[in-house]
Amino acid sequence: MRAGDAPGMAEARRVQLAALLAAGRPNPWPRRAWAVLAVAVLVYAAFAVELIGPKFVNGLPRLAGAAAMMLPPKGWQHLPEWLWALAETVAMAFLGTLLGAAAAVPLGFASARNTLKLRALQFGFRRFADSLRSLDHLIWAIVFVRAVGLGPLAGIMAIAIVDAGTLAKLFSEAMENADPKPLDGVRSTGASGAETIRWGLLAQVLPNMLASTLYMWESNTRSATILGIVGAGGIGYQLSDRLRVYDWGEASTIILLILGAVYVIDFVSARLRRSLIRGG
Amino acid sequence: MPATALHAAAPRPGLTEALLAERRRRRSRAAVAASVLAAATLLAASVGGFDPVRLIARLPRVGEFLDLLVPPIRAGHVIEDVGEWYWGLGKWLRLLADTLLMAFLATALGTAGGALLSFPAAANLTPGPVAYWISRRLLEFARAVPDLVFAIVFVFAFGLGPLAGVLAIAVHTLGAQGKLFAEANENIDMRPCEGVRAAGGSPREEIVHAVLPQVLPNWISFTFWRFEVNVRSATIIGFVGAGGIGLELYESLRLSYYDDVGAILLIVACTVFAIDWASEALRGRVAEGSARA
Repeated sequence: MRAGDAPGMAEARRVQLAALLAAGRPNPWPRRAWAVLAVAVLVYAAFAVELIGPKFVNGLPRLAGAAAMMLPPKGWQHLPEWLWALAETVAMAFLGTLLGAAAAVPLGFASARNTLKLRALQFGFRRFADSLRSLDHLIWAIVFVRAVGLGPLAGIMAIAIVDAGTLAKLFSEAMENADPKPLDGVRSTGASGAETIRWGLLAQVLPNMLASTLYMWESNTRSATILGIVGAGGIGYQLSDRLRVYDWGEASTIILLILGAVYVIDFVSARLRRSLIRGG
Repeated sequence: MPATALHAAAPRPGLTEALLAERRRRRSRAAVAASVLAAATLLAASVGGFDPVRLIARLPRVGEFLDLLVPPIRAGHVIEDVGEWYWGLGKWLRLLADTLLMAFLATALGTAGGALLSFPAAANLTPGPVAYWISRRLLEFARAVPDLVFAIVFVFAFGLGPLAGVLAIAVHTLGAQGKLFAEANENIDMRPCEGVRAAGGSPREEIVHAVLPQVLPNWISFTFWRFEVNVRSATIIGFVGAGGIGLELYESLRLSYYDDVGAILLIVACTVFAIDWASEALRGRVAEGSARA
C-alpha cells in the first residue's frame, strides 16, 4: 500500500485488480462440472470392476504368492530354445516396422493436406490409415494366422499393417507441420514438383520420419513379445504356455529375457535417434 | 559471417574443398547406414522365416477370411439382414461400455501412479540416487512387460473378470506414463524452482508452483494419447479372461461364428475410430486451456 492512500482506496484497487484477473480467465464452471463427472464415472467404475471390495483384497495374497514362486527364475536348460524364440521376436518387430514404414511413406504423402491437394481423396486416405490402426496387433495376428499359417510371418504382417496406419498418420502430420517457405523457395528456382518435395519438404521432415520409425520399432518389440499367444511366432508362445500351466519359475526367466531384449533395443534406438537429431 | 562475404565474387579459399569433403563424408555415412540396414534386414528375414513366396501365395486368403466375416446381405432386405447379423447388439454394446470403462479407470490409476513416480525418476528433481535408481527400474519393469502378461498373472490372483484387466492395463500405463512424464520433468526450466526455493517453499510447493505449470500441457496430451492406446488394449485383454469385449470376440473366433466376429470387429473399430477422433479434438483444447490457466 502506498503511503497516503486511504484504506478504502486500497480495497477498491484490490477489487479492481481481482476483476481484471478474473476477466482474463475462462469461466471455471464448465471445467469443474467435467471434473466432477469424470470423478463420478471413476468411482462408479471402481465399484463396478470390484476394485473397491473383497475381490481385490482377497487377491493380493495370491498375487504375492505367485510373485514369490517366480523366484528364483528357473528353467535355464531351455535357454537356447528361448533365445532363438526371442531372436525371432526381435526379427518380427524389425521386419514388421520396416514393411510398415515402407507402406506408410506413400500413404503418408497421400494423406497429408499439403502434398495431396484433392481434399476428398486426401481425407479418404487419412481415414483408411486410421482404420488400419483401429484394430489391435493381436486381432490382425489372428487374421494372418488364418491366412498364412502359424509362425512369425503372421506376426510380421500384423505389425506391418498397424504400423502402416500409425506411421502414415505421423508422417502426414510431420509434412503438414513443415515450414512452407523452403518449398516456395525451391519452387521459385523452377524446380519440378518432385524436386520441390525432395529438397523443400523431405529435407525438413526426413529426420522426424526416421525418429518416428525408430520409436515404433521400440514399441513393436514390446508388442511382438505377446503375439505368440495367438500362434504368430516368437517368445510369446513359450511365455503364455508357461503362464497357463502356472510354471512361475520358468515364466519369470522368460520375462527377464524379454526385459533384457527390450532394454537393448531401447538403448540402440535412443542412441540412433540422438545421432539423427544431432547429425541430420 | 559478415554480410559482405555473401556478395564476394570468389568463394573463401578452401570453402569448396571443405563443402565437397563434407558431402563425401555424408555420402559415405549414408552408404554405411544403408549397408547395415540391408544386412540387418537379411538377417531378420532369415531368423523370422520371412517367405515372400508363401506370403504372396496366401495373401488372397486374407480376403477370403474377411469375406467370411460379413454375412450375405440381400439388396431388398438390408434392414432385416443387418438386424439379424447384429442379433447380439445389446449384449455387445454392454460389453463395449465395460471395455471403455476399464480403459478409463486404468488410464486414471496408471497415470496417477506414473505422475507420482515421475518426480523421483527425473534426474533434476529426484531426492537422491537411490530413489532415482529404484523408480527408474520400477518404471522400466512396468513398461517392458506387456499388459497381456500382467493380465494372465492377475487373472490367476484376482479371478476372471474386468478387475484383472484394469489392473494389468493400469500397471503398464504406470510404466509408460512415468517414463514420458519423467522426460517432460527433465526438460523444464529450473529457474522457477529456484525461485520457489529461494522464497522458502517446501519441495511439495516447488512441484505445485514451479514444475506442474510447466509440464501439465505435455502430461495432458500424453494422457489423452495413452487413453486411446488403452482403449485398444482393453478390447483384447479379454482374450485371457480379463474382462471386456475381448472374451466374446475370442469365443466367437474359437467356435468359428464368423458373422459374430465380423459384427464385433466392426463395432470395435467404429468405437476406436470415434474415441480417437474425439480425443484428438479434445486434446488440443484441454492442453491449451491448462497452459493458459
